[in-house]
Amino acid sequence: MEKVEEIPKETLLEIYKVMHKIRTYEETLAKWYYEGKTPRFDISAGPIPGELHLSSGQESAAVGVCLHLKPEDAVVGTHRAHHFAIAKGVDLKKMTAEIFGKATGLSGGKGGHMHLFDAYQNFSCSGIVGASFPQAVGVGIAAKLKGEDYVAVAVGGDGAANQGTFHEALNLAAIWKLPVIFVIEDNSWAISVPKDKSTAVSKNSERAAAYGIPGVSVDGTDVIAVYEVAKEAVERARRGEGPSLIEIKVYRLRGHFEGDPQHYRPKEDFELAKQKDPLLNFEKLLLEKGIATEEELNKIKEENVKEVQEAIDFAVNSPYPEPEEALKGVFAGGE
Amino acid sequence: MARKLPMYKAISEAIAQEMERDENVFVMGEDIGAYGGIFGATSGLLEKFGPERVRDTPISESAFIGAALGAASKGMRPIVELMFVDFFGVAMDQIYNHIAKAYYMSGGQLKMPIVITTAIGGGYSDAAQHSQCLYGLFAHVPGLKIVIPSNSYDAKGLMISAIRDDNPVMYFFHKGLMGLGWMPSPPEATVEVPEEPYTVPIGEAKVVREGSDVTIVGVAKTVHEGIWAAEELEKEGISAEVIDLRSLVPLDKKTLLDSVKKTGRLVIADEDYRSYGMSGEIIATVVENGISLEAPPVRVAYPDVPVPYSRVLEKYVLPDKEKIINAVKRVI
Ligand SMILES: Cc1ncc(C[n+]2csc(CCOP(=O)(O)OP(=O)(O)O)c2C)c(N)n1
Repeated sequence: MEKVEEIPKETLLEIYKVMHKIRTYEETLAKWYYEGKTPRFDISAGPIPGELHLSSGQESAAVGVCLHLKPEDAVVGTHRAHHFAIAKGVDLKKMTAEIFGKATGLSGGKGGHMHLFDAYQNFSCSGIVGASFPQAVGVGIAAKLKGEDYVAVAVGGDGAANQGTFHEALNLAAIWKLPVIFVIEDNSWAISVPKDKSTAVSKNSERAAAYGIPGVSVDGTDVIAVYEVAKEAVERARRGEGPSLIEIKVYRLRGHFEGDPQHYRPKEDFELAKQKDPLLNFEKLLLEKGIATEEELNKIKEENVKEVQEAIDFAVNSPYPEPEEALKGVFAGGE
Repeated sequence: MARKLPMYKAISEAIAQEMERDENVFVMGEDIGAYGGIFGATSGLLEKFGPERVRDTPISESAFIGAALGAASKGMRPIVELMFVDFFGVAMDQIYNHIAKAYYMSGGQLKMPIVITTAIGGGYSDAAQHSQCLYGLFAHVPGLKIVIPSNSYDAKGLMISAIRDDNPVMYFFHKGLMGLGWMPSPPEATVEVPEEPYTVPIGEAKVVREGSDVTIVGVAKTVHEGIWAAEELEKEGISAEVIDLRSLVPLDKKTLLDSVKKTGRLVIADEDYRSYGMSGEIIATVVENGISLEAPPVRVAYPDVPVPYSRVLEKYVLPDKEKIINAVKRVI
């Protein structure tokens, strides 16, 4: 975090604010998720049914990257997408309503937690691992054909980098010099399979060399390092110099999904994740360096808590869609 | 001595017994090792057989499913799990162009004793990319056998048959029948399962409830919905026969036709999409065989929409007991 002094204080506070907002949001969501699911965990019960993948411990990746983006820039996320959605500026109320399956949600309750779409913020994600990479390439093609300077960010986990789409998309973006930033969030796990048992290279950034593009590995426990690396990649893409690959090393604070027994995971790994908490690390740094006071951070925290609560209230108090809505909207054009 | 086993344990027991019997049998897939399969179908196998024969894979489906073909060509009998049927798109070429066609295209030189297992079904708000059934899609392709158990007895017997079969068999298990702690499952799916190995023949349907007024045809979860519907209908004096197809390919036409001949009325309960699928195939089979029905058949299936997330929306389109009862009343 050597560069921290060179970054304006308001940017640093913004970084803190968004990271803290994501954490607050997901912790609150987790509480709601377990409503109706106790004492016996039943995935279909409660106000938030279905799977829920939270990003706790990985906030720095989303914030470090997305703070360089404009609404016109696209982010294509994964099944674990809340942190990128929030950092990209997706409407928190509508996103929450979507996760609660309400009519006021981003997609009127048709998409849900893994399928968040916000056309205004150019955000999308999906539950299919590896789907994000080629889609971002297409955004890059559009930018080139239209002569615009927007960029696309494709997010994937370390597991996703073993999908064929990753390699095909990297090659396409490289040969066509497209404005795409490939982000690999390396949390060491693909559900229960550790990275060292699934990936032939220790760093996914090394794979960039195979496509002749820059590849950087960065410590995600240091949000400023991520911010700096991402800045360079985004600027490069905007200047028309082509794609790059960023691998961000993060730690998964929670299970793969909520309710994951995690019996496959060694205890030391949990301990390590706690030590590597990027939010706590950054908070400590801001205070130690005297960049912000406790009061300033508390004010930010209060604002976040309030904003998250408003989003939850909006979702809880919104109506469910009319059941017949299920039959509508398969085709554009009203059929 | 038979004991009751949930479906997930019946499946893993079948695999374990076949692995003990035949050293050519091995398993590959995501999270099938230490995790035991997200839906438990490979629980306990890693401890018994070790990581060489129970191989956790990277998320590289087209590679490890394609690899099943190569292994089979050398006499192995691979079982590959793909967590959810919805993910097959990424590996489809290996399945429908290669695994399905290798025996035919090679003029019978290459046998493909591969079992592809995968989870199907919704009802718990996992939305459009994690709730489909899609068995119709695979049944459409020549060369793939398709089995879909509705209870743990059939699950074990069909798995053993699938492993011993020299053809590629796609084995679909419905998440809502597995008997997992965290996913509600009807108690009727957890039945007595003999400890010793046994087979349930591929291509034999089963009349799971006899009746005389209408035939209700289903697989997996819709078999149970059909039985519950029949129980309600009985109170109103309507006698419904329920058939569990168990295999889509080959299809047991005789059991189907015998039943429809007897009842003269047909309702198909299908959690897959309505159009171009299993439900149409059943009707075509009946019509092609010249059986005249007392009333046009009715299909209770997903109405050709992606599976919505919100519970109210999903409930509206998901086939269930009520919808089957209404369908029966339309044909009576
Ligand atoms: C094509 C496909 N295969 C498998 C899955 C099941 N699945 C969902 S998430 C996941 C692990 C993903 O790991 P990683 O890419 O490292 O992301 P993380 O969950 O660690 O953020 C798997 C195997 C899927 N959704 N799509």
